[in-house]
Amino acid sequence: MLPAAAIAWKYVLAGTPEESPNYKMTDHWWSMLIDIPKCIGCGNCVRACAAENDVPDGHFRTWVERYHVTDWHMESPEVISPDGGKEGFPAVARSAGGEEGSSAAAEDEGKYFFVPKLCNHCADSPCTQVCPVGATFISPDGVVLVDQTYCLGCAYCVQACPYGCRYIHPEKRVADKCTLCYHRITKGLTTACCENCPTGARQLVDLKDPNDPIHAFLKTHHVQVLKPQMATGAKVFYNELDGSVR
Amino acid sequence: MSLTKDAGHLFRFAFLFVVAFAVFLVVRHFVVPKSFGEYGHYRGAAIAEIAARPMHFAGHETCETCHADIAEAKKAGKHENVSCEACHGPLAKHADDPSIQPEKINTTVLCIRCHAESAAKPGGFPQIDPVQHSGGVPCETCHQPHNGL
Amino acid sequence: MNGVEGFMYPNEYGLQWSVLIVLYPYITGLVAGAFILASLVRVFNVKAVAPTYRLALLTALSFLLVAPLPLQLHLGHPERSPEMYFTPHSTSAMAMFGFVYLWYLMAVLVFEIWLDYRSDIVHLSQTTSGWRRLLYRAMTLGSDNISERSLAIDHKVGWIVTIVGIPSAFILHGYVGFIFGSLKANPWWNSPLMPVVFLFSAMVSGIAAVMLLYMLITWLRKLPIDMPCVDTIAMYLFYIFILDFSLEMLDLVHRVYEADESFRSLNFMVHTRLYFSQIVLQICIGTLVPILLLAITQVTKLPELMRRRIYVISGCLVQIGVLAMRWNVVIGGQLFSKSFLGYTTYKMALVTKEGLLVAIFLTILPLGILWALLKLLPPWPEKEQGSLEPAA
Repeated sequence: MLPAAAIAWKYVLAGTPEESPNYKMTDHWWSMLIDIPKCIGCGNCVRACAAENDVPDGHFRTWVERYHVTDWHMESPEVISPDGGKEGFPAVARSAGGEEGSSAAAEDEGKYFFVPKLCNHCADSPCTQVCPVGATFISPDGVVLVDQTYCLGCAYCVQACPYGCRYIHPEKRVADKCTLCYHRITKGLTTACCENCPTGARQLVDLKDPNDPIHAFLKTHHVQVLKPQMATGAKVFYNELDGSVR
Repeated sequence: MSLTKDAGHLFRFAFLFVVAFAVFLVVRHFVVPKSFGEYGHYRGAAIAEIAARPMHFAGHETCETCHADIAEAKKAGKHENVSCEACHGPLAKHADDPSIQPEKINTTVLCIRCHAESAAKPGGFPQIDPVQHSGGVPCETCHQPHNGL
Repeated sequence: MNGVEGFMYPNEYGLQWSVLIVLYPYITGLVAGAFILASLVRVFNVKAVAPTYRLALLTALSFLLVAPLPLQLHLGHPERSPEMYFTPHSTSAMAMFGFVYLWYLMAVLVFEIWLDYRSDIVHLSQTTSGWRRLLYRAMTLGSDNISERSLAIDHKVGWIVTIVGIPSAFILHGYVGFIFGSLKANPWWNSPLMPVVFLFSAMVSGIAAVMLLYMLITWLRKLPIDMPCVDTIAMYLFYIFILDFSLEMLDLVHRVYEADESFRSLNFMVHTRLYFSQIVLQICIGTLVPILLLAITQVTKLPELMRRRIYVISGCLVQIGVLAMRWNVVIGGQLFSKSFLGYTTYKMALVTKEGLLVAIFLTILPLGILWALLKLLPPWPEKEQGSLEPAA
């Protein structure tokens, strides 16, 4: 383990992370940036997350969707996510002589792109609002977490999440979801999905860090969050997110 | 007083409530976890518990502490920003105890996941048709992934 | 993929809330509706329905005792449910459940039943023997004062309890509607009308249930049915039903007219996966037919036998309709994807703890409890003893 993180880790284990000289919760406001043009749909992130967090089969803390949008039919894209994109996606054959020159063929083909999804760690999350006992919450450093020794498994939070990122763990019978690899980011590492993304499409972001490249990025790129009309304060930013994304 | 005489039963009923409420308060004092409410309406100790979960991926910086030569070689090639474990799988166990060997990679499956041609992938990304390109020959026959050539 | 059509977020394939969660609002609805019928006697002085007063209260109690069971069976960790009492989250409507339930059970229903039956309880504690005597003695709370003044005090306090009980019953069942209606994530549920629609259909089902139970029990006791009583109940049932139907139609028309982004997806769902339960069961068989039948009894003078038959048929159809409505809300709300691009299917299990057999058992259990309560606290004056009188 890295020395700096190890010191912070001692305090985290003692239950007083705020006292650690190197990891102060209030110094951080964690988030993620997803760069859509860079995602190649390899599914590495889905597999890495499942390996790192013992995610049960058939449930997903993160997954990748592939969109196929033909022309102006933005309200009805064709979307697939075979097993969450865990083993990648079936190849799409290029049409014969597939160059941009043939406009009629291009119209039929439409465009394809991949959208990795995960918990948006909303600042005004509807899921923490509806938890009847306070088992799910947003930590002082901006990560929405589930206290699995306190959760009743009522699934109200699963119903309340507009993004479908929560599930009930089949064995533990409590709510489960992406923790932004809290056990890694508090030690100076990055999340499993960001670590294993080969193209840098996923980047961990600390909004409170003045040196984080996200600040410059947000100023110079077209960035969206998912379902902004829900006003959830979603913190996962998508670069070049298409309007057809559901 | 005649009121207590004729309404005495109501006071008894109310008394049940008082007793029940008192019992509730006592039980609550013992049952609610001590760290509850520390940072908000949740058990504060949960944060530390969640942060204490075991890791399976060591992170590329850890790999580089021993495998600096490969890290250097990688910097020269196209796989510069691909982390070690993206191909080699979770290696925290290996980092803790180097005698534990990582799994052997099957390049015909691994490399294809990223590099198989698909109209769905961004155009600028290097993609090949596996059959036409190499006819099933393992990728490392011609390519050295650490140099990314 | 099994049962999935189109695209759904990968975590959405399986339903979270099962048939037991369909049952819960149905049961609390019956509680609220039965109580409203009782309050017609106590607060609004509709003397005609007095023969059903005590029955309505006991029916409400029977169903209320069973109400937490489907919830407990559904929870992943029911042993942790006391957390809702110890650390309720004030922003969560579900956290209200524990307190509203306890309040309604003890401070309204049990209190009112106790006040109304007190003189009977004291009498029974003196005239029975064995374990019954012990039980009645416990229920007297050690006081055997049934003087005129104490009974007058009881009567007054009981009136206040009923007054408080009406909004309490509304909250007991209305909060369930709010649990669904306040979720912005689910457009099938999200509506300010949801608690109101739940409440009015609850009143319809509860009133119809008490009417059916009264007719059944009277028939079993081989006594003549008090027709003015039943006619009055049917009249209230009819008018509340009209209100309920209007509200549901308002919601429907509003959705169809606005046609927001969820509409196409929901519309498709109603016409395919929910066709039978929504169009056939809830709207046609469960609402239009009974409303029509009851309307006939309201505008024409029919012979007694015919009216009784219509009331029984309507009462039963109403139960089907209201249960179907709960199904359409709870299950329907989980059949479509929040991406509006796909649908799944509900595979109801048979013998698991959230399966059909358990659901059937939980529907019948309150009737068993009611039977026991009727034996313990007989609602109607026993001809032999002659001293027990119904309230109001």
